[in-house]
Amino acid sequence: MNRKKLVTMANQIAAFFAAEPDHSVAVAGVAGHLQRYWEPRMRREVYAVLDGGGEHGLSPLVVEALVAHRASLEPARP
Amino acid sequence: MYSNKITDHGTPARPSTQQVTLQIDGLAVTVPAGTSVLRAAAEAGIRIPKLCATESLEAFGSCRLCLVEIEGRKGYPASCTTPCEQGMQVRTQTPKLASLRRNTMELYISDHPLDCLTCPANGNCELQDMAGAVGLREVRYGFAGKNHLAEPADASNPYFSYDPSKCIVCSRCVRACDEVQGTFALTVAGRGFQSRIAPGPTDFLHSECVSCGACVKACPTATLMEKTVAAHGQPDRAVVTTCAYCGVGCSFRAEVKGSQVVRMVPHHDGKANHGHSCVKGRFAWGYATHPDRLQKPRIRQRITDPWREVSWEQAIAYAAGELRRIQQQHGRGAVGAITSSRCTNEETYLVQKLVRGAFGNNNVDTCARVCHSPTGYGLRQTLGESAGTQDFDSVAHTDCVIVIGANPTAGHPVFAARLKQRLRQGAHLIVIDPRRIELVRTPHVAADFHLQLRPGTNVAVLDALAHTIVTEGLQREDYVRARCDVAEYEKWLAFIRQPRNSPEALQAVTGVPAELVRGAARLFAGVRNGAIYYGLGVTEHSQGSTTVMAIANLAMLTGNLGRPGVGVNPLRGQNNVQGSCDMGSFPHEFPGYRHVSDPAVRGLFERHWGVRLDHEPGLRLPNMFDAALGGSFKGLYVQGEDVVQSDPDTQHVQQAMESLECLIVQDLFMNETAKYAHVVLPGSSFLEKDGTFTNAERRISRVTRVMPPLAGKADWEVTVALAKALGYPMDYQHPEQIMAEIALLTPTFRGVTYEKLERLGSVQWPCNEEAPDGTPVLHERQFVRGKGRFVVTEYVPTDAHTNASYPLILTTGRILSQYNVGTQTRRTANNVWYAEDLLEIHPADAEPRGVRDGEFVVLKSRKGETTLRAVVTERIQPGVVYTTFHHPESGANVVITENSDWATNCPEYKVTAVEVTKAAAPASSWQQRFGEFGKAQESLRPGSEG
Repeated sequence: MNRKKLVTMANQIAAFFAAEPDHSVAVAGVAGHLQRYWEPRMRREVYAVLDGGGEHGLSPLVVEALVAHRASLEPARP
Repeated sequence: MYSNKITDHGTPARPSTQQVTLQIDGLAVTVPAGTSVLRAAAEAGIRIPKLCATESLEAFGSCRLCLVEIEGRKGYPASCTTPCEQGMQVRTQTPKLASLRRNTMELYISDHPLDCLTCPANGNCELQDMAGAVGLREVRYGFAGKNHLAEPADASNPYFSYDPSKCIVCSRCVRACDEVQGTFALTVAGRGFQSRIAPGPTDFLHSECVSCGACVKACPTATLMEKTVAAHGQPDRAVVTTCAYCGVGCSFRAEVKGSQVVRMVPHHDGKANHGHSCVKGRFAWGYATHPDRLQKPRIRQRITDPWREVSWEQAIAYAAGELRRIQQQHGRGAVGAITSSRCTNEETYLVQKLVRGAFGNNNVDTCARVCHSPTGYGLRQTLGESAGTQDFDSVAHTDCVIVIGANPTAGHPVFAARLKQRLRQGAHLIVIDPRRIELVRTPHVAADFHLQLRPGTNVAVLDALAHTIVTEGLQREDYVRARCDVAEYEKWLAFIRQPRNSPEALQAVTGVPAELVRGAARLFAGVRNGAIYYGLGVTEHSQGSTTVMAIANLAMLTGNLGRPGVGVNPLRGQNNVQGSCDMGSFPHEFPGYRHVSDPAVRGLFERHWGVRLDHEPGLRLPNMFDAALGGSFKGLYVQGEDVVQSDPDTQHVQQAMESLECLIVQDLFMNETAKYAHVVLPGSSFLEKDGTFTNAERRISRVTRVMPPLAGKADWEVTVALAKALGYPMDYQHPEQIMAEIALLTPTFRGVTYEKLERLGSVQWPCNEEAPDGTPVLHERQFVRGKGRFVVTEYVPTDAHTNASYPLILTTGRILSQYNVGTQTRRTANNVWYAEDLLEIHPADAEPRGVRDGEFVVLKSRKGETTLRAVVTERIQPGVVYTTFHHPESGANVVITENSDWATNCPEYKVTAVEVTKAAAPASSWQQRFGEFGKAQESLRPGSEG
């Protein structure tokens, strides 16, 4: 999967939920969207981006959602 | 002999709660007040001769055949223009009336050729019938006098001819064009004896006629006649079925001789179209028997190998073997499928069942991904149901219509005709569109406001409309507080009230003058019934889902949901795109929009399907392409779609197709995607199978087999065979059994049966215990989700920004005569109207680039370039260019980027930064490669010399 594209897509999701005034709802919104609509290999790739460190390009809200909801979002290795 | 005459009551029904009783020929007849005497008689089984009257048109009173005598009244009034009155005593048959009618008929026939035996209307001609009905036995005037018998016919239209020598100038064609279609292309030119029907000062082909066929249907003689009837003769039977073009889902009577379709006539009782049609459904069905149709399965190992024609058994076994090999080598998730929104509900249901049950994953998607997936998401989030809220009849009760991001006269012409009827009655119209679409100003219709926004700023305009309504106190606060989640509403209010959402603040972004936005907001909020209709100009944006939610917000804010005349109305693109979504074609949902992670729902399907089902969402269409290029997705079964032509960033899609180890394409034709396939399975057209389609108003209608499948199998039978070969047998003998399973497992379809569909004509889901005859209007008492939910819709600019290299915005769409990627319509005479894709450019952009009308130009984006001919027009605003994607060689999607809707991945077809320059050659490098690849593939077809 194209990681750059996945980062863009994740940041787009965050841009929508960023308008939510309650920050915890925004974080849950991003995580919930990834959970409901992203196939496991896409989620796995985005965690690989996050865990790769450096300039990953993920927005702070995406990072927060990925970290806070890792247990439910990160798929098991196939 | 079969008769194609439909019971025609002569004048339209008049709905009224007040009844009147009169005597007609001594028979007591009770009808609603306002009913004509002609209709009342017809309803009582009394046939009064008529020629200029027909039920679909208002009474005209010109032919003088339907004369009657009324007790106490002088003269012989025309029964078509005489309304019934209480106690009226009518005589329809007297010696005097018979004499008058015979004399009138005699005059008609004195200027009509007596060639009945060789006339194409012979046996189905109203003039012939009336001559018999009035007992005409002689024409005393002879034929030596002045007449019109030598007038030449106009055969310029590819589908029908106009023979003025047979015309009785009853004006039914003119009135059909005016009243039903609303194009006003025809007129009666000249006066007295010189009076002739004319499509303006030209022939039919070059006139404003849109070839909807309403005039042909209305003609009581052979003056306007389908060329297929002239060629094949009168049909011997009729089959009621549903059109396979757009999401209006018109009902048609396929009139047939043996298995040869003679003509398609819009069905008077069709609840979506009420007897009307467009050029595509009415005439462009010849593709079904086009010589290009695939008739034998083909296989090959590599796409550079020659094709081998094989039996169905060999092809299915090869396909199944490859899919299983790929799964063994690359994992369960390495294969998937795309269902077709042109196939039936039953067929799409089977393909998603195949993926979930036999492939063992949820990698299934459909073309709704690239059109209305944001509608599903946005309406679900706000209202609770992934579908439009109204029936088409609702528009007749509307006081103000917003049309945003849609061009109904081109994309949904039969609905557009209904809409124009309402607008001519005085309803207001607000158009929100970057282009000056036809509805902005068309005969007897003019938009009150045209908010000509910059592409990509829908959310900003909708927020500005809502801001105006809220800050000026125009919202329906009582409705909102009773029907909606108040906490979410308050949160949204705090957002929308902010000055940054005002029309004045957003004017610089949208390009729409603030006073126009304020005026439109006041108009829409001030009417009793306001309705919003939208299309792909809403959904195919990076904020497509947000725009849908902003539309729902606006409808809730103004109290415009839950009754006739209002609502949120997505104009769905393909004939069964609503149905394909309903049937579980999305990778995260089972049929009925239930998420795959729901253990109760999953358990229900597991019990009925006898397999374990995956609880994780599958890959969406663009994700499949990315996974293919990433190496984890290797096999794809595509039923009735052409992703290489229809999906964005063509070169990316081509590379993804090339990377697959097994691509199975099931289609009517060797489309662009099939050129990359390893297995080709012949598809079957809508005329060759049974099933159902679901249109944009959630209306489920029967598709009825008219002719046997050309290649021997209907599409559903192919999927059944593939499933069996994969070790997952499906035991269906007829699509009716598939629908029974759908009804069993899908709450909104629980009451749907073929028997009911045939009895009622069609039903709108939900159709279940609570609504056994279906549901025309959703959310009547409460929203499907309970309380309506306002969602904060922050405007986020698209990434498709212009700069010095790419200073223009490209937006795409379609035109009336071609349909989608043109696979069907390009194989019909519709090409006469649009033989190539054209680029519209404003004179202000064309002039500095030295571009002149009709010249080839290069259209270049960050993704690629193509060459096509320019049309210099003020229909498009400066800074914006527009094209269509009906012809593969045009390569419009070569320049479209991978940008997509944040929620659904629906591509951003509507906004691409581009530059336009004069072309040095009529083909770009991509087009040259496209041509060479096409030639190479042609050399590999069976029987080719190579």
